Amino acid sequence: MSEHRSGSGLLDRHIAFLEALRSAGLSVSLAEDLDAIAVLSALPWDDRSIVREGYAAALVKKHGQRGTFDALFDLYFPRMIGEGATALDPDAEEADADDPGVRDNAEALQAFRDELLEALLSGDQERLQQLAAEMVARFGSMPGRGPGLSSWSAYTALQRVAPAELVEQIVRGLMGEGRTEEEADRAAAQRLGGFTRAVEADARRRIAEEKGPDHVAKVALRPTIDRLDFLQMRKSDLEEMRREIYPLARRLATRLTQEHHARRRGPLDFRRTVRASMSTGGVPLVTHHKPKRPHRNELVVLCDVSGSVANFAQFTLLLVFALRDQFQKVRAFTFIDHVHEVTHHFKPGADVVDVMADLAASTSHAALWGRTNYGRAFTRFAELHPDAIGPKTSLLILGDARSNYSDLALDTLRELASQTRHAWWLNPEHTRHWDTGDSAASRYADVVPMVECRNLTQLSDFVHDLL
Amino acid sequence: MWFTSPDDAATRLAATGYLADAATATTAYLAGALEKPLLVEGPAGVGKTELAKAVARSTGADLVRLQCYEGLDEARALYEWNYKKQLLRIQATQDSGDGQSWDETHDDIFTDEFLLTRPLLTAIRREEPTVLLIDEVDKTDVEVEGLLLEVLSDFQVTIPELGTITAVRRPFVVLTSNASRELSEAVKRRCLYLHLDYPDAEREREIVSSQVPGLDDVVATQLVDMVSRLRELELKKAPSIAESVDWARTLIALEIRDLTKQAVSDTLGVVLKHVSDHERAIKELKLRS
Repeated sequence: MSEHRSGSGLLDRHIAFLEALRSAGLSVSLAEDLDAIAVLSALPWDDRSIVREGYAAALVKKHGQRGTFDALFDLYFPRMIGEGATALDPDAEEADADDPGVRDNAEALQAFRDELLEALLSGDQERLQQLAAEMVARFGSMPGRGPGLSSWSAYTALQRVAPAELVEQIVRGLMGEGRTEEEADRAAAQRLGGFTRAVEADARRRIAEEKGPDHVAKVALRPTIDRLDFLQMRKSDLEEMRREIYPLARRLATRLTQEHHARRRGPLDFRRTVRASMSTGGVPLVTHHKPKRPHRNELVVLCDVSGSVANFAQFTLLLVFALRDQFQKVRAFTFIDHVHEVTHHFKPGADVVDVMADLAASTSHAALWGRTNYGRAFTRFAELHPDAIGPKTSLLILGDARSNYSDLALDTLRELASQTRHAWWLNPEHTRHWDTGDSAASRYADVVPMVECRNLTQLSDFVHDLL
Repeated sequence: MWFTSPDDAATRLAATGYLADAATATTAYLAGALEKPLLVEGPAGVGKTELAKAVARSTGADLVRLQCYEGLDEARALYEWNYKKQLLRIQATQDSGDGQSWDETHDDIFTDEFLLTRPLLTAIRREEPTVLLIDEVDKTDVEVEGLLLEVLSDFQVTIPELGTITAVRRPFVVLTSNASRELSEAVKRRCLYLHLDYPDAEREREIVSSQVPGLDDVVATQLVDMVSRLRELELKKAPSIAESVDWARTLIALEIRDLTKQAVSDTLGVVLKHVSDHERAIKELKLRS
């Protein structure tokens, strides 16, 4: 394996794989490319997982990108082709495989579901992997579709087998093993989620076989969690994101401390410098400086918590409060058409899950009629909390600026902004959607500088610049 | 040659008491075979530093360790001139009055005799097999990373007065990081990357049993099960392997033979170090009725 002849096709596949990684946002340099080749030459080829680990060691340098890598690896270096080895093996348990007619009927479906339930209960990864492949093969095929359309569908397979309906039985089974209900719920959801992903991956593999991996890589891959739009999140993403918040805040805080330290030198402390020069015969070898007082802002966060942007508001609030020691004081208000203070939910060291639950519960206080009304919210805020705003405060407004065509209260907002040190507006929508429909983005942007903030990366960049 | 194959790496590491999974064994083998530095990232207490020590033990190499911290500089990472000794040397020449010229003195005081080697230079100059551990590299300032680049890519150190010193024998380099900040692309590009995470239940049980002899199998299973349940909760700091091992030792010291809810709730402080984590664990696992 020390040389790669152009004829083997391995080099082409390797390069196509790297291209796909690059277009998925991993920065793979030429040096790493060469490393990967060296890795492939040094490894034994009999175990796919070892090749994958070796490949990853050379190419993936951020843990968050490992998921993307694994998905693409499965596309370009699939686990098996078509039905895999079981279909070729005459002794395989699928004796009825010779007759394609019986492979998909009500009876087969029921048998398969029983098998799946058993595997999910035991949590056997290997078996689930096999079942996922089998499921796509048997229930996910859509033969006879026109050219250009893929003939495998994870969606069809999942609809037919409906593993989600097994949840209750799994939960009961797990509780039988002595787990509490909440835990069993979580474990069941986790296993089912894992299985669903395996099915989706297998369908992608099948489609990639037909249409080439490049096509699938472009269409079917989801962005990594830090590049995922706040407005397009699934429930599972929310949980993953919540786990990301504290590490992110910690990284930001470390970076900030280090940058502050680098700029720590204040003006020359003449007295101490002269005093220190005594020991070197009056030559000031070492200069001493006065410490620089970091100025800390007060921060007031005003966030729209109506359905469409609630997630975005919650994550921003969590991040801001995780960084609270970088500010002198932080206050948070939520609104839909009425203003409600939520600062007290963020106790130092409080539990993230509880805070989220409290926030969700307090949403009702922020609404009178339940239709977003920015104008009314700003007016009420100016009336009820005039003490929140002062010359040392920075005002941060979070929302999509969609105000249901109501009065915008631009003057009130201008008034508020003028009383503060800085004011910003974070908008979770893509810039191209601003001013469409009932969005008043650019009219508000004239008053308060508006920043697009669609994902965690943009959010952390903004918070970093803010401090 | 460090290891002959991934399997060889796994067996030899296991022989010294470090139970490596496939990814760890593969990457450790590759780091040796390709002579590239290995960057190990992961949460605290999953055995990053221990990996370097295990590699040293299993290959019979010596371990040279550079502990990184904020404010670490060249003088403490690479080399330093022994100023005091140099000064003495100059004074001695002057006092003896044998008329040695400045040029000679100058050549004389910038030699090996007056050089204090620090970990990086030590590791490079050693002729015996060496494992160089650069611990918690994320704690340093960005400038130190620049310093590391020459060492990591070419295994050489340039000292203006002496010239470039190239490694006689390339050390096995392990860098560890808690990912408290992103390392620069330049450093990452030169390394192989391994992310160590919490092990699966089976492996963790083996680790705990091997680290804590005398632990009952039943208790070990209960303990590992409880730890993995704790990790499933959303905690600020999930318990690490080091904490599982501590817990096992605690249970032995307290002579607890059965991990009941009461026992868990009494000894929870060994594994969870935040108040809010305690409350969450007690609530979710219904430890107190």
